[in-house]
Amino acid sequence: MRFSEYLLLFCGMGLATYLPRALPLLYLAHKRLPQWLIDWLSLIPVAILSALLAPSLFADAADRNFELGRIELLVAIPTLIFALKTRSLGGTVLAGMLLFWLAGLYL
Amino acid sequence: MMSVLVFAGSAQFICVAMLGANASIAAIVMTTFVVNLRHVLMSSALAVYLSGVSRRFLALYSYGVTDESFAVNMTRFRAGGWDRWRALIVNHLANSVWILATVTGSLVGQFVPAGAFGIDYALTGMFICLLVFQLQGRIYILTGLLAASISVTWYLLIPGDSYIVGASMLAATLGYFLKVRYRRSK
Repeated sequence: MRFSEYLLLFCGMGLATYLPRALPLLYLAHKRLPQWLIDWLSLIPVAILSALLAPSLFADAADRNFELGRIELLVAIPTLIFALKTRSLGGTVLAGMLLFWLAGLYL
Repeated sequence: MMSVLVFAGSAQFICVAMLGANASIAAIVMTTFVVNLRHVLMSSALAVYLSGVSRRFLALYSYGVTDESFAVNMTRFRAGGWDRWRALIVNHLANSVWILATVTGSLVGQFVPAGAFGIDYALTGMFICLLVFQLQGRIYILTGLLAASISVTWYLLIPGDSYIVGASMLAATLGYFLKVRYRRSK
């Protein structure tokens, strides 16, 4: 990608970040969002993270084939347990990297 | 530079992952928008405490609404004895640290050779942990599993990057209806 395209991307993302924060504060001062929308929105982050993560664990990026037993998936299991036990972001990233590195060396 | 324009950690990391997957600009901006929709909720909740405040203040303030600053400010507002200027300081202090850390990171990052020490797995590890933070109940776990299976299927069958937005919105909708049914059956 060229520089101008990156600039376009960042400006677009900037708008997409800023507007959802600013508009409700500016115009929704006392109104309340309907409960169904609140419930739906609360499920969005978990769904997005899961949708981003899962294909990299279960499928091959080059030819998009389903694959069980990829190193990414095998390493994800202890990494997940580590994250559940410690709830530490930095620790989980380091543990995942270490395991992935070791798995690459020995498997 | 990205950290100045886009003060949103999760959206930035997702953008890096999508750039790696050769996603289009439109798809990345769209994903950013959907990821940040949750701030609509936070801003709406904060609006109760900031009613009658000038538009200029709100425009400056809303730039710094993030998960973390929201959590801090909302707790303080509720407890009382907290004014909007202190809340504004919290927001922009967090932003300054964020920008500083980005600059440091990109300077140090140059010296990390590609593929060293499992660096390829850093994003995956981070997503796993962020996912764990999000799991606050059975319905969240269920939605996460739904999103995972839908996105894998979508990814295998449909070329392009629509699987991210498509699978997450579909899974959240299904999760919502499951929640509604569960509530009714009780």
